[in-house]
Amino acid sequence: MKFKSKASLIPYLLWVALFVIAPIGLILYYSMLDLNGDFTLANYQNFFTPAYLTMTLTSFWYAFLITFFTLVISYPTAYFLTKMKHKHLWLMLIIIPSWINLLLKTYAFIGIFGLYGPVNAIIEVFGFDPKQILFTDFSFVFVAVYIFIPFMIIPIFNALDKMNPSLIYASRDLGASAFTTFRRVIFPLTIEGVKSGIQVTFIPALSLFMITRLIAGNKVITLGTAIEQQFLVAQNWGMGSTIAVFLILIMFASMLFTRTKKKGGRA
Amino acid sequence: MRSNLSATAKVYLVAVFVILYAPIFYLIFYSFNSGGTMNSFEGFTLEHYKAVFEDNRLIAILINTVIVALLSALIATIIGTLGAVGIVSMRSQKMRSTVLSLNNILIVSPDVVIGASFLILFTMIGVKLGFASVLISHIAFSIPIVVLMVLPKILEMNTNLIDAALDLGASRRDVLTRVIIPYIKPGIFAGFFMALTYSLDDFAVTFFVTGNGFSTLSVEIYSMARAGISLTVNAISGLVFVVTVGVVAIYYVITNRAKKMEAYNR
Repeated sequence: MKFKSKASLIPYLLWVALFVIAPIGLILYYSMLDLNGDFTLANYQNFFTPAYLTMTLTSFWYAFLITFFTLVISYPTAYFLTKMKHKHLWLMLIIIPSWINLLLKTYAFIGIFGLYGPVNAIIEVFGFDPKQILFTDFSFVFVAVYIFIPFMIIPIFNALDKMNPSLIYASRDLGASAFTTFRRVIFPLTIEGVKSGIQVTFIPALSLFMITRLIAGNKVITLGTAIEQQFLVAQNWGMGSTIAVFLILIMFASMLFTRTKKKGGRA
Repeated sequence: MRSNLSATAKVYLVAVFVILYAPIFYLIFYSFNSGGTMNSFEGFTLEHYKAVFEDNRLIAILINTVIVALLSALIATIIGTLGAVGIVSMRSQKMRSTVLSLNNILIVSPDVVIGASFLILFTMIGVKLGFASVLISHIAFSIPIVVLMVLPKILEMNTNLIDAALDLGASRRDVLTRVIIPYIKPGIFAGFFMALTYSLDDFAVTFFVTGNGFSTLSVEIYSMARAGISLTVNAISGLVFVVTVGVVAIYYVITNRAKKMEAYNR
């Protein structure tokens, strides 16, 4: 192309330097500082103590559970949606809840799962005693799955939508069962959508902190909760940055995992 | 393709829709409750809506939120669009993919990490925490999504159009404003819209970089929700829902019309 526009890149490259590269550098730098601002590796030593390692593992476990349930619910939803008549309108209806502020949706569950809320009312109808559902790890996973479902459905829907339907007919005509067709044709062809769905769920699930605070009480501590705690409550930016370094490493790993795809996005 | 779904599939879809919408309607339903709780509906009232509109602080926060969203989306769209045009004109394939990887970092970055690192950045370079820091952060995390929305539009553009314009004597500026931008307008529009929703939806980053004096709706709802149930929050949900559905409807109509126009022009 003859057209060149070096000048138009300047503000953009400035942005890259200041808000992409510099922040990562600063996090690395701060992770090696103690409370007095002196150089130390104590934060890293600290991170490899059982307390932090257990926290990291539980955070991973919850993120895995959340991603798993979100995927299991979203894939069939996306699949059935692509078979609807006005599929794009229906997809729009799936997306609308994702545009309602996250905090409002989370807040709704404080009422729904409350001791006198509708879920407990139903439990009582069946003759059981009302239980505290709020502030348990169940409620945490449930609300997180609820929040992530639309974000998982969108990339899977797009992948399914792009797929050529004659491939399915061919597979069926050649004698493959519905399950084999799914396992050998549909799923492999939509794996990119599944991957980006996992990416937009797993990393945020590791770093959620407002759902843990509002819904799980302090029962569940994720990497995100720990960072928020260190930065804003304990004012220990060094330790907070060290945890953030590990989150960034996980993030890069996930970027490699979804390398082949060209674009992504939260919504 | 078959458009008929099995009964199980229909039941499944209905269940998903019910689960997705139930919490939202639950909130809105109790926003009309005079009882003051989210458990038993005692009587119809609009007092919670009145409370929202009479609370000057809350109204100020709402205005702040909208201003930050519009301004940040606008600035991010300008920088991002110019950036996308620049990226496409890069000669070296390697440079281009490096820049694109850097672009994607902020999209996959966890909000908490973005918030924490921006907090360090602002403290270091001495930006006062408040309106400025929130606005700058929102611009910063919206730029990459604008680039991603605009880029495919530029790539699908026929480069002969640009060459023709240059051969016919257009200046580079003319090429940008009269050829490229009109062509990629749908991408720019989508980018702006995404930036807007990113900004309105953000909680974590804002929570980190907002000082004591400044608050957006998300941060305010968080502190209200931590204090317990307040039906004012329910009334806010009702208002947010109506506005969201309205905006989505407008967006749907506009993009549909654009698609029809495009089809017509071809």
